[in-house]
Amino acid sequence: MTSAVPGTLVAFLCFFPLVVNAPAAMAQETAPKVQSQSAKPEKQVTEIKIGYLRAYAPQLALSVLDVPPRDEGVAGAETAIGDNNTTGSFLGQKFILDVTEVKPDADVVPAFNEMVERGDRYVLADISARQLLSIADIAGDNGVLIFNVGATDDVLREEECRVNVLHTAPTRTMLADGLAQYLVWKQWRRWVLIYGSHERDQLFAEALRRAATRFGGEIVAEKEFKDTGTARRTDSGVVQIQRQMPVFTQDLPNHDVVLVADESEVFGTYVPFRTWIPRPVAGTAGLSPSAWHPASEQWGGTQIQNRFAKANGRRMLSKDMAAWTAVRIVGEAATRTPGADPAKIDAFIRADEFSIAAFKGQKLTFRKWNWQLRQPIFLGDGRSVVSTSPQEGFLHQVSELDTLGIDEPETKCAFE
Amino acid sequence: MRRLTILAGAVAAGLTASPASAYMVYVSNEKDNTVSVVDSTTMEVVKTINVGQRPRGITISHDGKLIYLCASDDDTIEIIDTATHEIVGSLPSGPDPELFVLSPDGKTLYVANEDDNLVTVIDLESKKVLAEIPVGVEPEGMGVSPDGKTMVNTSETTNMAHFIDTSTNEITHNVLVDARPRFVEFTPDGSEAWVSAEIGGTVSVIDNTTREIKHKITFEIPGLRAESIQPVGVRITADGKKAYVALGPANRVAVINAETYEVEKYALVGQRVWQLAFTPDQKTIISTNGVSNDITFIDVATDEPVQSVTVGALPWGVVVSPN
Repeated sequence: MTSAVPGTLVAFLCFFPLVVNAPAAMAQETAPKVQSQSAKPEKQVTEIKIGYLRAYAPQLALSVLDVPPRDEGVAGAETAIGDNNTTGSFLGQKFILDVTEVKPDADVVPAFNEMVERGDRYVLADISARQLLSIADIAGDNGVLIFNVGATDDVLREEECRVNVLHTAPTRTMLADGLAQYLVWKQWRRWVLIYGSHERDQLFAEALRRAATRFGGEIVAEKEFKDTGTARRTDSGVVQIQRQMPVFTQDLPNHDVVLVADESEVFGTYVPFRTWIPRPVAGTAGLSPSAWHPASEQWGGTQIQNRFAKANGRRMLSKDMAAWTAVRIVGEAATRTPGADPAKIDAFIRADEFSIAAFKGQKLTFRKWNWQLRQPIFLGDGRSVVSTSPQEGFLHQVSELDTLGIDEPETKCAFE
Repeated sequence: MRRLTILAGAVAAGLTASPASAYMVYVSNEKDNTVSVVDSTTMEVVKTINVGQRPRGITISHDGKLIYLCASDDDTIEIIDTATHEIVGSLPSGPDPELFVLSPDGKTLYVANEDDNLVTVIDLESKKVLAEIPVGVEPEGMGVSPDGKTMVNTSETTNMAHFIDTSTNEITHNVLVDARPRFVEFTPDGSEAWVSAEIGGTVSVIDNTTREIKHKITFEIPGLRAESIQPVGVRITADGKKAYVALGPANRVAVINAETYEVEKYALVGQRVWQLAFTPDQKTIISTNGVSNDITFIDVATDEPVQSVTVGALPWGVVVSPN
């Protein structure tokens, strides 16, 4: 079941540009206090191991351009390990990534236990909600902090929240709210919703319904697109789709936008330009909300994009950014604590003043009530960034980022 | 006609009528690949120079004859003759140069190369690279002490100010500051280095002897969220008494008592304030306002904005001729 991915740690030695020169002793341990170090030859290097547990199997997509890269997410973590190590070279800290891969439907407990045995105190999880819940409490018992970088399920932040599970991936409700705010800002308020027949499609559809209610959109009609198990790609190509999709959307009442909820990649890509009446498409196809956009160059984004592309030979995706952010959070805490004491790092991350910079124009902080990272949502069309939410005018008494997703008064999370 | 406008501007700002000497203000416009030349007296654009791609950091030789300009996307530093406004040469900058600082003796240029985690040291006479110094992730801010002995670079993702001995080109101290440090400015007596942190929202005042933070300046503007206060450019008056900090999307320049570190005023300028430059007589400080495509002249005596002038698209850096 478990297969260790080759080249886990070795890959990053090359990111060590410097002779390590850092302080012999650093007395201060209080949170964002600052110290100056004189650069002297370093003898001791502290190692900080970060695990990456991922469920992976090759996936198909309606468009070959959308097939997830083999190293999706892991590449983001590795880039952040490189960044942490550049900083660590001044402080005598070395970060190591320990990647373990399982199948999407596998029991992840044995693999996770092995990671714990190898000394991983921080584990990035890119696994399903069910898999994550199967290890969350084992992690808690072993003092392991989990960073959820893959699962957008709201339930992991609500009914099934855990105090030792932090979330750098946004939720479906955050994504849906980010999209809905933009459509309302555009005054495109009448929506039809086409959703897939799989569980995750229906969860995203539910998030879109909730967003409509919150921000004043109106879903005038809904339709389910059943997955009949057809092949994703065939030699006869688009001939049938071109005829089928107009017919499927012919009976919908008048609307401004077609919303699509098809995380399963069964039909969504086929909706734009094929509807009965000419209307923009948004959701999992057309204008899509995401945690990151491969074309974002705002807010210093050019630098991380260049660095990522140079190291990995492809553009940076949302999961890469969620993983980059998680590894940087550990790095930031280790830099400023400073040291490798997991209890101190944990306390630092959970302190009121903790924040992380992630090329999104403002500092990102955690929602204390469920340990979800607040973050702006990108809206893009596959080529470029169209906008970022929260939109102007959506106000909040604490943080405008809390207009995205389930807010504190509504939360069902209760830590023991 | 022109004279009338100037007079009106002067009266409105409550200035005395004595004519200031005319300086040339050079503004790099990040988006449209130009440098706007603005007359500081008439406050009008007198010339627009076409330059390389994505011009950002800009400085001028001490004799005022040459402008050095980071053309970030062309991976080069362009040299512009101020007499002819022609590009007369280039420097081997290393990839993606963003900001740089000229040594006090005018002989050496220290350049931050954002993409390569390097500071490049360039000898201006020979146009040769003297050294490449590895620093933290995304080097950006560059400052040099008035005696030329210490150069400071900030790295935006590592969140450090790296103190570098210019005689050895080696890092001697690394000082952790708040998130995304953007700019370094030494006090005129060389006793302090001020480092702005864009995402952290602070300015750290670092003691240049102990190389420790002695004070952290924070900002508070009623009606604005803390997240929108993003300090970038910093300038300190020659007498060391006042400091100006550009606050990015807060659309304001903070005026700080440089002796007590108290923020005394917030001057409202244009949108997304990036960088600042004094006129040599120190009577005026000029801000570049990235989103509103203009620059604002602020009267240093009153700290009131006098006039905004439309320049090119996304103005970024600014430098004023010394004569």
